[in-house]
Amino acid sequence: MAECHPVGFQWVMEAKARGAKVFHVDPRFTRTSAMADRYLPIRAGSDIVLLGALINHVLDNGLDFRAYVLAYTNAATIVSEDFRDTEDLDGLFSGWDPDTATYAPRSWAYAATGEQPPAEHAEGGRRHAEAAGPETYGAGGAAAHPSPRTDPTLTHPRCVYQILKRHFARYTPELVERLCGIPGAAFAELAEAVTANSGRERTTAWVYSVGWTQHTVGAQYIRTAAILQLLLGNVGRPGGGIMALRGHASIQGSTDIPTLFNILPGYLAMPHAHRHEDLEHYLEREGGETGFWGNRRSYLVSLLKAWWGEAATEDNDYCFGHLPRLTGDHGHYTTVMGQIDGTVKGYFVIGENPAVGSSGGRAQRLGLANLDWLVVRDLTLVETATFWRDGPELETGEMRTEDIGTEVFFLPAASHVEKEGTFTNTQRLLQWREKALDPPGDCRSDLWFYYHLGRLVRRRLSDDEIDRPPRELTWDYPVHGAHREPSAEAVLREINGVGPDGRALSSSTQLRPDGSTACGCWIYCGVYADEVNQAARRRPRGEQDVVAPEWGWAWPANRRILYNRASADPEGRPWSERKAYVWWDAERGEWTGHDVPDCEIGKPPDYLPPEGARAQDALAGTDPFIMQSDGKGWLYAPSGLADGPMPAHYEPHESPVANLLYGQRANPARRTYDRPESPYNRPGPLFPYVLTTYRLTEHHTAGGMSRPLAYLAELQPELFCEMDPRLAARLGLGNGDWATIVTSRTVLEARVLVTGRMRPLRVEGRVIHQIGLPYHWGWGGGGLVTGDVVNDLTPLVLDPNVYIQEGKAMTCDVRPGRRPRGRAMLDLLETYRHG
Amino acid sequence: MAERMGFFTDTSVCIGCKACEVACKEWNQLPDDGFVFEATSYDNTGMLGASTWRHVAFIEQSRPVQVPSDPEAEDSVDRWLMSSDVCKHCTHAACLDVCPTGALFRTEFGTVVVQSDICNGCGYCVPACPYGVIDRREGDGRAWKCTMCYDRQLGGLEPACAKACPTDSIQFGPLDELRERAEERVARLRADGHEEARLYGESPSDGVGGAGAFFLLLDEPEVYGLPPDPVATTRDLPAMWRWAGAAALSVAGAVALAFLNGGPGLKSGTSLNGGTFLTGGAGPKGRAFLKSRAFLKGRALLKGRALLKGGTR
Amino acid sequence: MPGSGWLARWPVIRQLKGEDPRGSAARSARTDALRPRTERADTVARSVCPYCAVGCGQLVYVEDGRVTQIEGDPDSPISRGRLCPKGSASKQLVTHPGRQTRVLYRRPHGTEWEPLDLDAAMEMIADRVVRTRRETWEQTCEGKVVRRTMGIAGLGGATLDNEENYLMKKLYTALGAIQIENQARI
Repeated sequence: MAECHPVGFQWVMEAKARGAKVFHVDPRFTRTSAMADRYLPIRAGSDIVLLGALINHVLDNGLDFRAYVLAYTNAATIVSEDFRDTEDLDGLFSGWDPDTATYAPRSWAYAATGEQPPAEHAEGGRRHAEAAGPETYGAGGAAAHPSPRTDPTLTHPRCVYQILKRHFARYTPELVERLCGIPGAAFAELAEAVTANSGRERTTAWVYSVGWTQHTVGAQYIRTAAILQLLLGNVGRPGGGIMALRGHASIQGSTDIPTLFNILPGYLAMPHAHRHEDLEHYLEREGGETGFWGNRRSYLVSLLKAWWGEAATEDNDYCFGHLPRLTGDHGHYTTVMGQIDGTVKGYFVIGENPAVGSSGGRAQRLGLANLDWLVVRDLTLVETATFWRDGPELETGEMRTEDIGTEVFFLPAASHVEKEGTFTNTQRLLQWREKALDPPGDCRSDLWFYYHLGRLVRRRLSDDEIDRPPRELTWDYPVHGAHREPSAEAVLREINGVGPDGRALSSSTQLRPDGSTACGCWIYCGVYADEVNQAARRRPRGEQDVVAPEWGWAWPANRRILYNRASADPEGRPWSERKAYVWWDAERGEWTGHDVPDCEIGKPPDYLPPEGARAQDALAGTDPFIMQSDGKGWLYAPSGLADGPMPAHYEPHESPVANLLYGQRANPARRTYDRPESPYNRPGPLFPYVLTTYRLTEHHTAGGMSRPLAYLAELQPELFCEMDPRLAARLGLGNGDWATIVTSRTVLEARVLVTGRMRPLRVEGRVIHQIGLPYHWGWGGGGLVTGDVVNDLTPLVLDPNVYIQEGKAMTCDVRPGRRPRGRAMLDLLETYRHG
Repeated sequence: MAERMGFFTDTSVCIGCKACEVACKEWNQLPDDGFVFEATSYDNTGMLGASTWRHVAFIEQSRPVQVPSDPEAEDSVDRWLMSSDVCKHCTHAACLDVCPTGALFRTEFGTVVVQSDICNGCGYCVPACPYGVIDRREGDGRAWKCTMCYDRQLGGLEPACAKACPTDSIQFGPLDELRERAEERVARLRADGHEEARLYGESPSDGVGGAGAFFLLLDEPEVYGLPPDPVATTRDLPAMWRWAGAAALSVAGAVALAFLNGGPGLKSGTSLNGGTFLTGGAGPKGRAFLKSRAFLKGRALLKGRALLKGGTR
Repeated sequence: MPGSGWLARWPVIRQLKGEDPRGSAARSARTDALRPRTERADTVARSVCPYCAVGCGQLVYVEDGRVTQIEGDPDSPISRGRLCPKGSASKQLVTHPGRQTRVLYRRPHGTEWEPLDLDAAMEMIADRVVRTRRETWEQTCEGKVVRRTMGIAGLGGATLDNEENYLMKKLYTALGAIQIENQARI
């Protein structure tokens, strides 16, 4: 956190000064470790073992926050008798289909209640998994029975609590020592601190970044942390939570209002050709009827109205048919394979640099070289724009400039100060940026580019049926200035939505299923409440309390802590004075507190839903997880995930050790590309070391916004490889020497930084050396400093839930000296691939 | 004169992010220092110089680590010290004493500032600094160093480095207040078991009469590349300067005196001599510089730079 | 003559004249005129750092149509005026000489960049979108109506504004382009 989010880290330092104990778990000793009370080195790719052992510690010693767990989680829920655990099936859950390499999750469901069959099967299964369906849970939960059978004594052998207990029983401190390399004493200290600092009076927070997500079990890493935090009562309370520290200014916004293949704004699924025939069919299969997600018709219809306006009517399903359909995985890496195969002809790359920034860079460049046309928009001539004249494949002779038929348009972009608009930061906070000045030369905002491109494309449309969706699209935005810049505020207002009177809506609860409201992104409804740009609010911090509700606007409803109903006990009283946040004011008959309560403000804690209630009416006054169909925090996910209802430790796709827990070594559902552009390291002595990649404070991602800047480039001018002294000595490498790092994808060279901050770990009786490479360099990109492309080393193997690549744990070899050049480099690579 | 302002750099909360280096360069519009990988932990700007007015040192310390399962792991780093160095703005500033042009002067905030429009690049100040801070810029020739953002202070703003510092490791304020705050911080750290916490440069009785920029360190100063016992190189200078002044006057006097009201030449000399800026007895003049330079070089060696220059590039 | 002219500005003379020889007497006219350049700004925009997702507040000072300083916004409850090295380098990000400000075009199999007018580029890109969409249109797939093109794909960075992402997704979806991805995936 000190490395990549230094200004956010000030709050950790503040907490530390007030007595908080800070642990840092990381494969390498970073600037964060230097500030932590305790640093725990860990083998990259083994975190579920550590977190699972903490869960086991809590369950085994009865340290869970029982009142919270009973009221707010699904611990008491009885699971189907068809369910089989990894403990029973040696690393597989029930429902595994080896032919399709996917799970049929029906057996994971809650036990049937008798009166109606469980609805969980609608979500899950092959089609759902292929289209990265689990990503839709960014705003709402998967469907589950709203009032399943429970056992409040938590003793039923098939209740979630007992299932968890059995599942994690073998995740012991001894296993942590053997697989993670963390000694027992260090684990004991962590376990003691985490449990002692949880409960009524205290909370513990977990903070993670892509060190947890870029794994073939990435989503399950987060699930494991969520289970631990729910057991300890650390969700929805001040000082608790699981904080994703995101690495780009509006990466949260980029999923909320996604430019992602599988979701529409507000985490509504893109329709799937086989799963969703029409609007009714779609709504039926995309979540439960209970909880706030039960209002999804309002969300979707309002979106369709925002996009197709008058053309969207009840009779035509509000133009639901205008939406193109998915048939499977159309994600980033699969798209690149489509480029190589020639199905993808044209490619827009907007403020992104896949030629050095995406995994398996060589495949990226092969794809770029096989396009008809490519549009790149950026501040500088990034490598993705110039691969045809200076890419590494030219040096090896794999490509020749004259042979590359790709037509390339480079359009310079406006910087963040040359346009106005909102970023959504890592805490869901939208902040409006004022424009400081006009962009220079041909530089334009991406808003300008897409608005005018849309205008020009629409001018070229015919009366053909296939042109109807773009023809009927609402595309009238006011423009201003010499550049005819579209109004970002008008777009934000459309995102916010308007009611039947044409006035801006103030809350998503006003959205209607009948087409009378229009809203571009339901979770952002309220950002333009009262016709005021709420994201532009800047009441100084000194003039408001620490929650600072009048600085920017957080989705949803300007809530700063999600699920904050859980900060009060079931009766609506704060768990403790120390941790009071929102509470029920019986006199006034409403919820109140320091934040916007994350529940219906007038719903009393003793409210019980009547039979057959739907949407929010089906949630009890004690249910804090209002987007879940049962209102509960899920210790066990009966539905929705592609790789199991509970996390299980699997080794990374490339690992030097066996899975000590199960016969199943790696995540069985992981996504691989078995084709020549995507080679994998074979297990064995050829690739003896663990490699992890990361960022440095001084640079940004693949360097496009830092390498061209002298003040940043001078601080970290060259690609280096961090290596422990013993490994360096064994390889005959001295500090500052050159080393060559090899995976089956590529060979690269880096300067060596010999440092005791990298620690060899004793794992399962062997000494495992880990090396680390920051990935900020590339061959060009207007960089004042250049270096080999670290992302070229990483494998194209993905988490099955959200298709993120495993960039944080793989194997490699290290050789002393610089890498060979040209053909000789390919020859060396061949010896590793086949030798 | 306004209140004396200073920096208190609390290295115990420094995260080594180098925001201070960059914020300084952006505000003061300094050139880069070249793009050379130094293989010295995460430090690639080396030391303070004409174009680097804040510099973050990184010190990796290995201590025996108790890893029962791996008895060989004792070479692991368990402490990574980071510290943002800066001009000390000495109470007795040798650089200022030796400046023949008056380019260096003491501001109303008690800081020492070099005026680039006056500096003629003679370089006398460079060896005079006991810390090796002030330096001449290649291709420019003039001497440059931290001004404690004199221009910002004139507008009531804090210096760029202190403003940017994410963890408040760099604090700016009235020197007296900072000293008090620093004493409290040391006491707190010691109470928390950090016996090694100490202040550096805060004492008016040290060899430079106390620094306007002082530090809280977690180890010996030399570990951070700071001279353990800096002494103003100009302690004996007043007597020398009186001679020099008299000699200069005797040459230029006929012209110069004609412009002066009341022949204050001698008076000025008296003022020089009688100022309060020099305390303490005679010391080895000019030696502190050599000491510190040699020291810095030694540090570079320790940190592996020599190894690099040994031919692996 | 005394008190003016080059000789009077000669530092030695001024020092000898003044009461504090290394203090106020040594000040040059330039020094006397020093003020923070931010005071001369014509406008100050309240902005947000474009690097990581902490969302630190920035103040952007503009003078004579040029950015003269970007520093932390002390009012921000998130950052309290502080910035990391990247945030502190933001002025360089928007003003460095390596920034491209003109459209460049590389024709198929070309070996060099060529200049291209922005409006012409926009027309050419629109032509290609329409043509590729028509050529690769899929009305059905695996027996189901899909109404899409697999011929056009997009990849966006996560420094795009919400409003930009919104227009992108809206336009692509209406055109039937589904392979629309973002840094947020990876």
